[in-house]
Amino acid sequence: MRLKSGLKNSHCICRPAETICVRPAGFLKMTRYLIKKLNAFALLLFLVSISVFSVLFVLPGDPAQIMLGINATPETLANLRRELGLDQPFWTQYLTWMANLLTGKGSRSLNYDMPVYDLILSCMAVTGPMALMAMIFAVIISLPLGIYAARHQNRPADVTVMFFTQLGLATPEFWLGILLILLLSVNLGWFAAGGFPGWRADFWGSLKALLLPAFALGVIRASILTRLTRSSMLEVLREDYVRTAWAKGLRERTVIYVHALRNALIPVLTIMGLQLGQLLAGAIIIENVYYLPGLGRLVFNAIGQRDLPVVRDVVLFMAVAVVVVNFIVDLTYATVDPRIRLE
Amino acid sequence: MTSPLLEILDLSVHFHTPEGIVCAVDRVNIALNSGETIGLVGESGCGKSVTSLAVLGLISSPPGRIAGGSILFDGRNLLALEGDRLRRIRGREISMIFQEPMTSLNPVLPIGRQVAEPLMVHKGFTKKEALELAAEWLDQVKIPAVRRRLNDYPHQLSGGMRQRVMIAMAMVCGPKLLIADEPTTALDVTIQAQILSLMVGLKEKSGMALLLITHDLGVVAQMVSRVMVMYAGQIVEAGGVSDLFDRPFHPYTQGLLRSMPRLGDPGKKRKRLNEIAGSVPLLTERFIGCRFADRCPYTFDLCRLQAPELTDVREGQVARCWLIFQPEKRSLNA
Repeated sequence: MRLKSGLKNSHCICRPAETICVRPAGFLKMTRYLIKKLNAFALLLFLVSISVFSVLFVLPGDPAQIMLGINATPETLANLRRELGLDQPFWTQYLTWMANLLTGKGSRSLNYDMPVYDLILSCMAVTGPMALMAMIFAVIISLPLGIYAARHQNRPADVTVMFFTQLGLATPEFWLGILLILLLSVNLGWFAAGGFPGWRADFWGSLKALLLPAFALGVIRASILTRLTRSSMLEVLREDYVRTAWAKGLRERTVIYVHALRNALIPVLTIMGLQLGQLLAGAIIIENVYYLPGLGRLVFNAIGQRDLPVVRDVVLFMAVAVVVVNFIVDLTYATVDPRIRLE
Repeated sequence: MTSPLLEILDLSVHFHTPEGIVCAVDRVNIALNSGETIGLVGESGCGKSVTSLAVLGLISSPPGRIAGGSILFDGRNLLALEGDRLRRIRGREISMIFQEPMTSLNPVLPIGRQVAEPLMVHKGFTKKEALELAAEWLDQVKIPAVRRRLNDYPHQLSGGMRQRVMIAMAMVCGPKLLIADEPTTALDVTIQAQILSLMVGLKEKSGMALLLITHDLGVVAQMVSRVMVMYAGQIVEAGGVSDLFDRPFHPYTQGLLRSMPRLGDPGKKRKRLNEIAGSVPLLTERFIGCRFADRCPYTFDLCRLQAPELTDVREGQVARCWLIFQPEKRSLNA
């Protein structure tokens, strides 16, 4: 009986009565889950690509005109437009773009005259590490503070933490960035005020150049995460199973970090995922404040210069990045909470 | 006779709420000898659970506060113990089983690990040894196919199974005292019987003392030797289980027993189930007289003027009632 049902379907049969639970084939379930996710992913990318393409298609401003300047003759303009394929109808242009992406040929930047792929890669070498460092800052600040505040609810320590997180929530990150530059670069001279030497040229210098912007981004995000961790912990600490853990005579750190924190982390993880995606896609302002050659600045400049291939591809890339991060968060959920099944 | 294993002396527990101070437990005395089973009975909100949580120092403060009394366990005053010394008693010498098996197990940890934890922290076993012992205990509480289930999570088990896991978890370190707070309330009747007989079996094997907290008099009758009845934070009657069931003295105990459904004698007309009129008073009130006065069928003037103390009714049975001194009032008002 047990064997039969195991073969018939891979779902876990958990009866309320005291029967034996048939374990599903984990591998099969995972594969099915991945296929489902990939389908959704493809659909999403299609929709993003269509909307990006449409928006840029109707956007005023002619790339050919911008490339050639205002003194160009109508003939040269028309020639360039033909060369760039800008005279083609919407669907032809869209399909050419897609075909190039799918065959790995990619697009070329009008402005830099190089593959967009290379541009994205070089910018991600700045934005990627910066986003990660910002998240690391956010996590190492927020988790201990949030847990500490929850353990000392309504006492002075908690009130102080809450005050500073409120302050953090109200602070725009570019302003914090500027303050940090004024204090640590201009007055104390510990950091460069901006710029990025490049990983190959100067590894430690590059790391140092990302430290301040990552900190500015991280502190602001830590404010939200601290509050979230605190409220989530407070809720979990009231749960029956935490009382059970105390009753078992476990050490405080086991109760807090093993029994309570894992349960409290689930909502926190969601927000962390959203924040990381957002950081990868949208550190435009801070990259400008610190003069960093990141993805935000790339797309910012490309929009100004009507470098349409760059804008399109970068936006698409950002969408992919956000989806991938969320996918990783989904996988993490299932690791943290066994009740969440990958279905 | 040596001193009792657990002696709760004049324990009072207050909760500070926005509505005022709630005296959830008022000068409660309980003595429990090694190997003995006693029942603590009363309706919801009467202070049974608070009393038991106070023993393990699990009353969260604020809002809770131990307002007075002492809890002696094996010669030590638990209320005076701090931090690590109290922690080493929890789960090792005194264990507790809670009412809700659904929420009392951690949903994100495998059951094997949860059962093994006390062994690692109290007895210094390695994880592997502890899991091995945990498996033996889970087997003892009759969880089928234990080896495969060690890595199962609570949501994969039924309520009865989870309560078995809770029992195994409470028993692994061989406690001298097990406090079971409504262990079967949340379970189906058939499962209740299984869990109770399991607990009786384990108790007999290990020789531990058992403090059984319940509102179910049927459970009490099956399992305990002595019963204490609590009402509104106070013990109102205590005695041997047969005395208390056959000759209850306090009107509240009588009411409780009458409100139990039972299969009628054949031939007798079926009667409506008795209930105790009214409801438990708010514990924020200041009581002058007897706390049960408003619901008692025999209330007379003295009941509202002065609070009665626990007084001997007969050998081994005490009650908190003025009727002890004026037994004629019972027939007058009835």
